[in-house]
Amino acid sequence: MPTTTDTIGAATGSTAGTRAGDDVLYRVDAKKVRAEIGKDRLIAMFKKMLLIRHFEERADQNYKAKKIAGFLHLYIGQEAVATAFYDHLSPGRDYTVTSYRCHAQALLSGLDPKELMAELFGKVTGNVRGKGGSMHFFSKEKGMLGGHGIVGGQIPVGTGAAFTAKYLGTGGVSVTFLGDGASPQGTFHESLNMAGLWRLPAIYLIENNLYGMGTACSRAVAVKNIAAAKAPGYNLASFTYDGLDLYASWKVAQEAIALARRNEPVLIEAKTYRYRGHSVSDPALYRSKEELAQYQALDPIERIKADLIAEKWLSADEAERINEETLERIQAAVAFSDESPEPPLSELSRHVFAEEPNR
Amino acid sequence: MMPAAATLPPRAASRSLNAKVEPINGFKTVPVGDGYQLASTRMALCQALYEEMKRDERVFVMGEEVAEYNGAYKVTKGLLEEFGAKRVIDTPITESGFAGLAVGAAMTGLRPVIEFMSWNFSFPAFDQIISNASKMCYMTGGMFPIPLVMRGPNGAGPRVSSQHSHAVEALYAHFPGLIVISPSNPYDAKGLLKSALRQSNPVCFLENEMLYNFEQEIPTAEYLVEIGKGHIARAGKDCTIVAISRCVHWAMEAATELAGLGIECEIVDPRTIKPLDIELIATSVRKTSRLVVVEECYQTGGVGAEIAAQIQERCFDDLDAPVGRVTTTENPMPYAANLEHETLPKPHRIVAAVKKACYL
Ligand SMILES: Cc1ncc(C[n+]2csc(CCOP(=O)(O)OP(=O)(O)O)c2C)c(N)n1
Ligand SMILES: [Mg+2]
Repeated sequence: MPTTTDTIGAATGSTAGTRAGDDVLYRVDAKKVRAEIGKDRLIAMFKKMLLIRHFEERADQNYKAKKIAGFLHLYIGQEAVATAFYDHLSPGRDYTVTSYRCHAQALLSGLDPKELMAELFGKVTGNVRGKGGSMHFFSKEKGMLGGHGIVGGQIPVGTGAAFTAKYLGTGGVSVTFLGDGASPQGTFHESLNMAGLWRLPAIYLIENNLYGMGTACSRAVAVKNIAAAKAPGYNLASFTYDGLDLYASWKVAQEAIALARRNEPVLIEAKTYRYRGHSVSDPALYRSKEELAQYQALDPIERIKADLIAEKWLSADEAERINEETLERIQAAVAFSDESPEPPLSELSRHVFAEEPNR
Repeated sequence: MMPAAATLPPRAASRSLNAKVEPINGFKTVPVGDGYQLASTRMALCQALYEEMKRDERVFVMGEEVAEYNGAYKVTKGLLEEFGAKRVIDTPITESGFAGLAVGAAMTGLRPVIEFMSWNFSFPAFDQIISNASKMCYMTGGMFPIPLVMRGPNGAGPRVSSQHSHAVEALYAHFPGLIVISPSNPYDAKGLLKSALRQSNPVCFLENEMLYNFEQEIPTAEYLVEIGKGHIARAGKDCTIVAISRCVHWAMEAATELAGLGIECEIVDPRTIKPLDIELIATSVRKTSRLVVVEECYQTGGVGAEIAAQIQERCFDDLDAPVGRVTTTENPMPYAANLEHETLPKPHRIVAAVKKACYL
């Protein structure tokens, strides 16, 4: 139990700057897991993480150039979490859903950076015709159910997708991504209870990046290890792991998805970190430079790159070429977005209701 | 829509159901010959669910007490037995949770029906209804329509006071992306619920507890009622009354009294609040030159406010009097019987409003 304090809202033990949850952390032997993943898959994940990173860095630049507006929440630093999970999922059969911090999940679902960047630019060629923007990426074909702007609002939606999978007997699972800050929401607890009660093929993945906007997790959540503390109360299995470590992420994903496929719902907490502010307008003054530097030293992309080179699975030159190619792909997406037309005004009243309402 | 035009119109019940010997609930109605069956609103709703669940495997019913308890108001009676626990599902008390679950299920190929034990309990789910259900189709550029029916009793119950007496027509009609249906009789309830289940937009289907026992003879043959089409519940030439749900019945009482004074009211039952059949109302107003709107919502921002605005746009030169509004008075519903009576848009207040519109 946390120590009691006189004032509600006073910190009950800071997790910032420390690796909270060391006591419950799922540990992996990196060498063994790397061998299990194998060269091709690891390179593929490396490429995907780079794609996410470049996409978001370019998005950030274009935001500053006023080509993109509104909110822009970047996933930079957290790439190892989603990337590992998608490596085990089959988009189309499985479902994923997340918060407004949704660029990575959309790219990992297999969506073209062009349509995603064009969405950020507010163009009709965008993923949702310029009607959603940064927080609302979707794909029906890939089972990517958004992109949601209300904290905690996506959690019952993911629960519903798991319900469908069980109802139709597709063998699919759903992975619902949420932030640490979303875990106090009622929807989280209501969803866990339903999933536990009905044994849904559902995975709830808390990406604990230590902050909900400027509020440290320790000032918002009563327990240190959210999954470990909450899962038993709802009859879910749980994992807690180091989300900056792609190998741990990959192994937990593998085990959790196997459980969920047997209708054993799972709650996971990935201890991770975001390198940027909450959104591009947030200078992140609530944390120290030292804290940021400590986590940046653990950059999942840099570490995987170093491993690939050390294993001689890639040469430094090849790694650089991949980097260049990825960047070019993103630059092409930016050019495409720039050239794309705005949505015609006729779009204003389109899609308020289904265009083919009778099915 | 595809209104398989009803073979027969509804007709007044020639006798009442006998609760002792006949089931007053469930989809098994009482045949009365000539292609008619005697049904309460409750039975008509249950029959709609039954027929649509038979027709489409993707339809399931979820909510608090809907399965083993047969529904808090017994609207789902017998469905569990017929379709099993896979398709008729009791939930914990978790409105936000199951409403959101239904949105996710709708996004992924199912056609959920969720029951709010009453629409008063839709408020914990408000965010799921507004931020998710109503916006999803639009914000996904049409990628994810939400075929979802949310249903349950709406409006004041008997003496249940402030927190349990909301009428939510205007509230939900405010948001683009939601269809709002509020039927006044068994025939419309069945036909509209079936139509709601055959289209792909989120529907707030607002029933009324006080009408669950209202009986009619309805066709035994399958029929649909088109969403967005109102109907003339009573023809008249002197004053148009637009009345919603339970208010149709109060308006009928008022019209009978007013007929004694030589005033013939035309009562329009819009049946659907959104989309609203404004042309039907306008046509009637062009004939009578007078309009009174009766609803259980509050006056501020109510359905009557919207109808008045739309009618002055269309019929400015036709009107001989300002549009009258009879609504729930602007106070939380009180418990005391006399206060409740004055709060609701009961016949005496409708009579007064019509007289005023006729300068009597
Ligand atoms: C219901 C609701 N309340 C508040 C907000 C404003 N808000 C947006 S993001 C956020 C912080 C959420 O933090 P967390 O769940 O940890 O996710 P992260 O941003 O760290 O990925 C807040 C308070 C919101 N969008 N929705
Ligand atoms: Mg967070």
